[in-house]
Amino acid sequence: MTTLPQPLLRLEHISLSFKGVHAISDIGFDVAPGEICALIGPNGAGKSSLLNVINGVYQPQQGRITFDGQVRRQMRPHDAARRGIARTFQNIALFKGMSVLDNVLTGRTLSTRSSWLEQALRIGRAPREEDAQRRRAEEVIEFLRIQPWRHALVGQLPYGLQKRVELARALVAEPRLLLLDEPMAGMNADEKLEMSQFILDSNREFATTVVLIEHDIGVVMGLSHHVVVLDYGKKIGDGSPDEVRRNPEVIRAYLGTKH
Amino acid sequence: MSFFFEVLLGGVLAGVMYSLVAIGFVLIYKASGVFNFAQGAMVLFSALTFVSLLERHVPFWLACAATLLCMLLLAVLIERLVLRHLVNRPPMTLFMATLGLSYVLEGGAQALWGSQVHGLDLGIADVPLNLAGLMVSQFDLFAAAIALFLVLALSLLFNRTRMGLSLRAVADDQLAALAIGIRLQRMWIIVWAVAGFVGLVAGLLWGARLGVQFSLSLIVLKALPVLIIGGFTSIAGAIVGGLIVGASEKLAEVYIGPLLGGGIENWFPYLLALAFLLLRPAGLFGERAIERV
Repeated sequence: MTTLPQPLLRLEHISLSFKGVHAISDIGFDVAPGEICALIGPNGAGKSSLLNVINGVYQPQQGRITFDGQVRRQMRPHDAARRGIARTFQNIALFKGMSVLDNVLTGRTLSTRSSWLEQALRIGRAPREEDAQRRRAEEVIEFLRIQPWRHALVGQLPYGLQKRVELARALVAEPRLLLLDEPMAGMNADEKLEMSQFILDSNREFATTVVLIEHDIGVVMGLSHHVVVLDYGKKIGDGSPDEVRRNPEVIRAYLGTKH
Repeated sequence: MSFFFEVLLGGVLAGVMYSLVAIGFVLIYKASGVFNFAQGAMVLFSALTFVSLLERHVPFWLACAATLLCMLLLAVLIERLVLRHLVNRPPMTLFMATLGLSYVLEGGAQALWGSQVHGLDLGIADVPLNLAGLMVSQFDLFAAAIALFLVLALSLLFNRTRMGLSLRAVADDQLAALAIGIRLQRMWIIVWAVAGFVGLVAGLLWGARLGVQFSLSLIVLKALPVLIIGGFTSIAGAIVGGLIVGASEKLAEVYIGPLLGGGIENWFPYLLALAFLLLRPAGLFGERAIERV
């Protein structure tokens, strides 16, 4: 009998409200290292809020977050990034005036060790580091098959490609935990399939733990190892895709009887 | 013909002085997408602080260092008291905040150091030199050398370092910048401090020429056509824009002025800027707005 691995992320009794409106009440679940965990639930169920709590955009009024064995209550987004949490946004938050390559390079900000003086004068650690950063960025760009648009300005790319660039920027940081807020929103079936494959590949190749929000139940069930169902800020289901599919409360609240 | 070149050269060198002011605007615009109305007030504030220290018999370099420290402190205060509270607000809100800030700085500078005119002697004589038959002001050459040095230093800093990329990131999308681990607050302090430093350089050179006085804060108005012509987002644009404004206003004054009764030097740059707005709204080197609708 082996001991269960320690969860990478553990949420306990998280509550978040905005001026009396409860966005999240008393939610807790574990995310095991290496798994793909999906958060599902109707609009307004608190999924995005929960993601925002995990990467420090919102501070929960109550609850405990344990990431990588360390308990915390307060975290700012840049601290979260420093600890290895990367994310993408529902409405795409890319740097629209910059090229694809530059956007991806910004994802390496935190792994820069050389000082600005070294960088400005191209001395010391800077040149080798710059090379390594660019190589890493090119690898991720190749991995997500966006090489043809490397020098294109991101604002001019179609929506589906922008979503991929955003994933690239998050991946290039070599995150321990990757948060994806509706990575497939607004895509057609082919694009969704392609995106699912990219997420699966990132999970396998880089052993990245993923927490994602997705509305397309078919995609979610095929992609994830673990599904957490939210409704009105409460957790109503938590388990493997099969367990969740059979959970009567989930069926009633979300999946509908005819699924 | 040598008269033409003399006017041209004089204009170009005067333009460098405009560029110095415009660079301060570009820095903050690059980092926050906002026209910093308070840049002129920062020029006044730094020059007044410097000259007042000098008059109290503080040695030149010490006064310089103290003023720089003061501008750094100011940047920290501006970040703490103003910028921090306006994260993710529309640029117009930030612009209004800089408008308010300019009044606070102008009032603060004068409350602290008084409102009389101070003479400032940087030890460079404003006398003409004879260069291959052309008469050139020694002071203008000095100003040009300073500007060149400043531009080199800034472009090394912003084009080669990660800071440059981070700055553009912050200006583009603050939420995304935070999520990839950029420290918004630190970037703002850096940028405002550097803009304060550039303001000090501009304030010293302009102050040496015009005297350190309230009207220094009005050189904002001279920088506006420079920025429109060069583009708000480019340091190179600020330089080229300054040169164009300086040269064209002097040439226009000399050659077209007599036909219109003179005094066109004061409004000619605005006319030029207006033409640029019609033909090339992003300026010569500015980033064109791109948006997929």
